[in-house]
Amino acid sequence: MAVIVNQNKCVGCGACVPACPFDAIVMQEGKAYITEKCTMCGACISVCPVEAIYREEIERTVSMDKTEYKGVWVFIEQSEGQVKGVAHELLGEARKLADELGEDVAGVLIGDQVEGMTGELFASGADKVYLVEGPEYSHYNTEAYTVAFVDLIKTYKPAAVLVGATNDGRDLGPRVAARTRTGLCADCTGLSIDPETRLVIWTRPAFGGNIMADILCPDHRPQMGTVRPKVFKRPVADPSRTGEVIKVASKVKAEDLKVKLLEIISVCTSNCKLEEADIIVSGGRGMNKPENFAAIEELANVLGGAVGASRAAVDAGWKPALHQVGQTGKTVGPKIYFACGISGAIQHLAGMSSSDTIIAINKDIDAPIFKVADYGIVGDVMEVLPLLTAEFAKYKASCK
Amino acid sequence: MEIVVCVKQVPDTTEVKIDPVKNTLIREGVPSIVNPFDKIAVEVALQLKEKHGGRVRVISMGPPQAADALKECLAMGADEAVLVSDRAFGGADTLATAYALSTSIEKMGPVDLIICGKQAIDGDTAQVGPGIAENLGFPQITYAAKIEVNGNVIKVDREHEDGYEIMEAPLPIVVTVVKSIAEPRFPTVKGTMKANRAQIPVWTAAEIGADEKRIGMPGSPTQVRRIFTPKQRSQGELIQEETAQKSVAALMQKLSDAKII
Repeated sequence: MAVIVNQNKCVGCGACVPACPFDAIVMQEGKAYITEKCTMCGACISVCPVEAIYREEIERTVSMDKTEYKGVWVFIEQSEGQVKGVAHELLGEARKLADELGEDVAGVLIGDQVEGMTGELFASGADKVYLVEGPEYSHYNTEAYTVAFVDLIKTYKPAAVLVGATNDGRDLGPRVAARTRTGLCADCTGLSIDPETRLVIWTRPAFGGNIMADILCPDHRPQMGTVRPKVFKRPVADPSRTGEVIKVASKVKAEDLKVKLLEIISVCTSNCKLEEADIIVSGGRGMNKPENFAAIEELANVLGGAVGASRAAVDAGWKPALHQVGQTGKTVGPKIYFACGISGAIQHLAGMSSSDTIIAINKDIDAPIFKVADYGIVGDVMEVLPLLTAEFAKYKASCK
Repeated sequence: MEIVVCVKQVPDTTEVKIDPVKNTLIREGVPSIVNPFDKIAVEVALQLKEKHGGRVRVISMGPPQAADALKECLAMGADEAVLVSDRAFGGADTLATAYALSTSIEKMGPVDLIICGKQAIDGDTAQVGPGIAENLGFPQITYAAKIEVNGNVIKVDREHEDGYEIMEAPLPIVVTVVKSIAEPRFPTVKGTMKANRAQIPVWTAAEIGADEKRIGMPGSPTQVRRIFTPKQRSQGELIQEETAQKSVAALMQKLSDAKII
């Protein structure tokens, strides 16, 4: 169970050394050696020109009848009577995966009085909806939702489960996966089916977006993953589609729940709902002072968009953390993303590079943001922003 | 109050660069650091200890050099550290890691509060904390932005996409913390000297009584099949007219031509 260098084949070319993301290969006396830093990712295997590196396969002791597990499930995240956009995006992706496998798509809808939402789930691609209802599910709760979800998995045995990589999804996914003792791939940005093995290939960024990894879950079921919101497009609703609603009784008693929700404080006005926004105007260190964010907010207002901020702007206290876009903030995928005075560190790009169109304004022509921007204005952001706001206001007025 | 903080030693991913020619990671000179969110978790634990008394212990699973990360936590003021290290843990995914850590925490004796950073900056999975909670049968509150303990009850402001949820739960519990909760302190000279002298116990798979089928590669359902560098977005058009007015006009024209507006 390791990645091994066949010393007889190794020609000492050193190609594997820089290919290792973990700095785990050293050259000694003209041969490559793998150190204990190795995580067995296998990045070195494909770069070796003489096929001297191989993965020693381990004997799997799992005896699970995988053929019993069928269908692609989507956790339907909802709150305040609304299905979250990510649930529709995942139904669209699940549909593609299921069609390739020749299997069904099912939505897992857990909530209080949510049956009315089933229609739109069918319209987005579901064939079935597993419905668990009760007052104990009126707001997301780790324990209650885990009990309901695990019960469904054990009874109905899906091949794959997709959960939105939202705060709640990333709270629920690992709890469900640990209870069912299966694999969970975090925060995926790509999904496909391996034609040979019919396994889901989960693609995700790692190392702060510097590298991507394809991950498989070969021997455990269900294969599970959390999937980043806004990476996939919401499918066009087909209201003629119908499906089957399977009502399942709740196995949770309210008094069993240890964590109690006392209060919800919504500090978010529409301009910080970045995940659902079609247009985002973001500011970074180049805005120079907090007052200058007013120019960002004006453009966002005119466009009906949300306001984002880079980590530098949040760390400086110019904007609360709820506005932060990037690896440790929110991941966004709007139609248009304005990056104003943002240099474009890789951690920021990781959070916004799936935007349809990126427009950058920066006075530094060498700023990395220009490498990913579709349109870049080289100039003083405080001079450009008001002009841009005025132009868009004129454009909006002309559309009416 | 018995507090355990889980920490991970990670490469400083903000220092990682891509070789533009070979399209591979440049790891040279990238320092190993304590995962920044875990350092915040240590700070939160120290503040709770200062207020309520008790003990702060830090635990890490990793190769022998991860002891350096634990020493940094001791230098900040943690009372004790344990390194869980064994070749048999190698290649662990989040399920196997959560199992090894929760089994080790059970060996540490009764615990009131386990604090983890919200995620590690190398893998960004955010899965080990909830996994530990599940294995120990503890409740969990993730993305904590504020923690208050009152007797046997913990009150947490949980960060949400739109704001906060105020939650309450009995101890013991697992809490994962976000950045805004605290600013990690710098180690004192005295703390650093003490940390340097500290002998950190190393627990092997056998010592924690781990089921060998649940650790390392055999205990990891997920396998990395391939690693590659992401496709970069291609560079678009740069607009640099003599005046900002002209640049903005040029942009509007281009957006209109491309039917974006």
